[in-house]
Amino acid sequence: MTYLLPSIRLWLITFAVCVIGYATIVLGFAQAVTPYRANGSIIAIDGQAVGSELVAQNFTSERYFWPRPSAVDYDGMGAGGSNLSPTSTDLADRAAGTVSRYGAGDDSPLPADLVAASGGGLDPHISLAGALYQADRVAAARGLAAEQVRQLVRGTAHAPGGMFAPAPIVNVLNLNLALDRLAP
Amino acid sequence: MMEAIFAIMLVVGGAALLSWPLGQYMAGLFSGRFARADSLFTRAVGGAPDQGWKQYAIALLAFNALMFVFVFALLTTQHALPLNPDGQSAASLDLVFNTAASFTTNTNLQHYSGESTWSYLAQLGGLMWLQFVSAATGIAALAALARGIGGQASMGNFFLDLQRATFGVLLPLAIVVACVLALSGVPMTLAGAAQVTTLEGAAQTIARGPAAAFVAIKQLGTNGGGFFGPNSTHPLENPDFWSNGFSMIALILIPMACVWMFGRIIGRMKHAGVIFGVMLAFLLLKIGGAVAFEAAPTQAFASLPVMQDVGNLEGKELRLGAATGPLWAVLTTSTSNGSVGAMHDSLNPLTGLMPMVGMWLNATFGGVGVGMINMFLYIVVAVFIAGMMVGRTPEYLGHRIEGNEMRLAVLALFSHAFLILGGTALFAATAWGQGALNNVGAHGFSEILYEFSSAGANNGSGFEGLGDATLPWNIATGLVMLIARFLPIIAPLAIVGSLMAKTRSAESAGTLSVEGGTFGTVLVITILIFGALTFFPAAALGPIAEHVTLMG
Repeated sequence: MTYLLPSIRLWLITFAVCVIGYATIVLGFAQAVTPYRANGSIIAIDGQAVGSELVAQNFTSERYFWPRPSAVDYDGMGAGGSNLSPTSTDLADRAAGTVSRYGAGDDSPLPADLVAASGGGLDPHISLAGALYQADRVAAARGLAAEQVRQLVRGTAHAPGGMFAPAPIVNVLNLNLALDRLAP
Repeated sequence: MMEAIFAIMLVVGGAALLSWPLGQYMAGLFSGRFARADSLFTRAVGGAPDQGWKQYAIALLAFNALMFVFVFALLTTQHALPLNPDGQSAASLDLVFNTAASFTTNTNLQHYSGESTWSYLAQLGGLMWLQFVSAATGIAALAALARGIGGQASMGNFFLDLQRATFGVLLPLAIVVACVLALSGVPMTLAGAAQVTTLEGAAQTIARGPAAAFVAIKQLGTNGGGFFGPNSTHPLENPDFWSNGFSMIALILIPMACVWMFGRIIGRMKHAGVIFGVMLAFLLLKIGGAVAFEAAPTQAFASLPVMQDVGNLEGKELRLGAATGPLWAVLTTSTSNGSVGAMHDSLNPLTGLMPMVGMWLNATFGGVGVGMINMFLYIVVAVFIAGMMVGRTPEYLGHRIEGNEMRLAVLALFSHAFLILGGTALFAATAWGQGALNNVGAHGFSEILYEFSSAGANNGSGFEGLGDATLPWNIATGLVMLIARFLPIIAPLAIVGSLMAKTRSAESAGTLSVEGGTFGTVLVITILIFGALTFFPAAALGPIAEHVTLMG
């Protein structure tokens, strides 16, 4: 009893403060200050939710830029990586499939991020090089000038962490939305 | 490469700077500097009398038993309780046992994906609650140990200390971190998953939920259990470069501050400085190794037309920057956090060895409170060996270290290796382990070794390709986590209790000084022999074998 009663009181107090109190404070703050982000950064076009700005969705049409490979097929309810070793032959086979999908050859090697699956399988970005690599295909499918598409890509690219992470990246969904606005 | 060095300096340097004032504040907090808060805490539990080491340990175990029982009950009944917008069904009993053990022990090994397993009530009321109180348990135990070894007459009161750690340290920091994460894009909502129609007309369901609150305490309390399955590689759990850097600082901050807190309570800041230096040296060594090994490109792409000028990208997120994967991997395993910023299973073989080394040592900052307690065990052994070598009675801070203390210290240290290597041997030799592998050969062995290292170090990260959501894995790692948590907390408290019962002598010129380079060197060697050498044969069979046979 010396230990049980204080333990129970401790349980009730910490639960009330750290679960109910704390979650309410953070919930109230997030929903009041940044409701778009607090609800998953969902982009709506004409009232129709088309995706999350932060979550990759699959693109297979020639008319769109394609995201990085996903080990979970872009499943927003079951995210995950391939968990394959870099020395795995399964990984080499998967990569060969990606290479042939893009029709890459020794004269036009693919940027690595288009071949490597991300950790969560939902990486919303590709590298600037990975986007430029696809620009000709997208331009041809849409009947646009390749340079116009490249301009759009460069305009969408940003360095994720300034001087700490300068390699530019492109948000695929934002880029494809801009593409649809440019040439519906 | 330069940007990687900048990012490392930003995170490690930033955390080290912040740890100094935090350690000072924590030492004051646990020395009764905030009398009004203390009297409130005391009344809340109906009195807080001084406790000896046994009473303190029993109180700690009693409350932790209650934590386990409550969360076990909550997880088994989640489908009948509110706050379940995505209609999660009942989980298997062995998974519930594993999960309750995992979060009670501050491990957060996850044999499930949060978004498809637990209701919001289970996540917040069960798992997030444990992320607070299990972390506070470790900090409280360190405070008690420091008081005893520092020469105070009492170890304090567990129920008071737990509230000090929870409300005075973890809660205020968690509110700040959670709000910053929410601003960066981590969701905080009670609404269920979002249904969207993609630009190509397909349906996509996107899990969300009260993640920001969860992720903040996950990082701060060296918990590591993610709201979503792939942890901080999930873009909704870690939306950009800055949330990532901030999360890493939150990860290592309190473990660093614990060293300063220890130093202030025992009144020996120079000694704490030596310990901090030893821990930091190991940490930087592992970071350097991991970043360098991970700069090697993905071996599987070598014969394909792939431009590989950015290192190994499999299992990594572009927005988090080049060095993040290996840096986070080392930080999260040097502490006993276990959250991940890249998939450890897909790290290059020798990069994957660095997190394992971190878990084997388990004291290069280590878990909140318990990392410093583990280091205390190494110190006891180091002092004993040094004393024997020069033919003097081994002393630590004027306490004579004798057979009884050594037996307890070696028991605690040896149990760590026994649980990891014994478990690995059993599962590697049977279908329990062999049937669960996602990779073949040496890497498959690494998956088993990593899982038991993670359970034994109360870490929680994994080579996640391992199919560990099975009855044998749930039971075995559940038991390992429980033993590996409480034995290395109770034994040091018993050591200190035994030392407190003896007369303390004054330190003389003949005593090995614990404030200089000689002591630091002895400590490093002890850690290497006890912590690293024990595991070398296992490392040779796993990551090292994979590297020499398949890389290059």
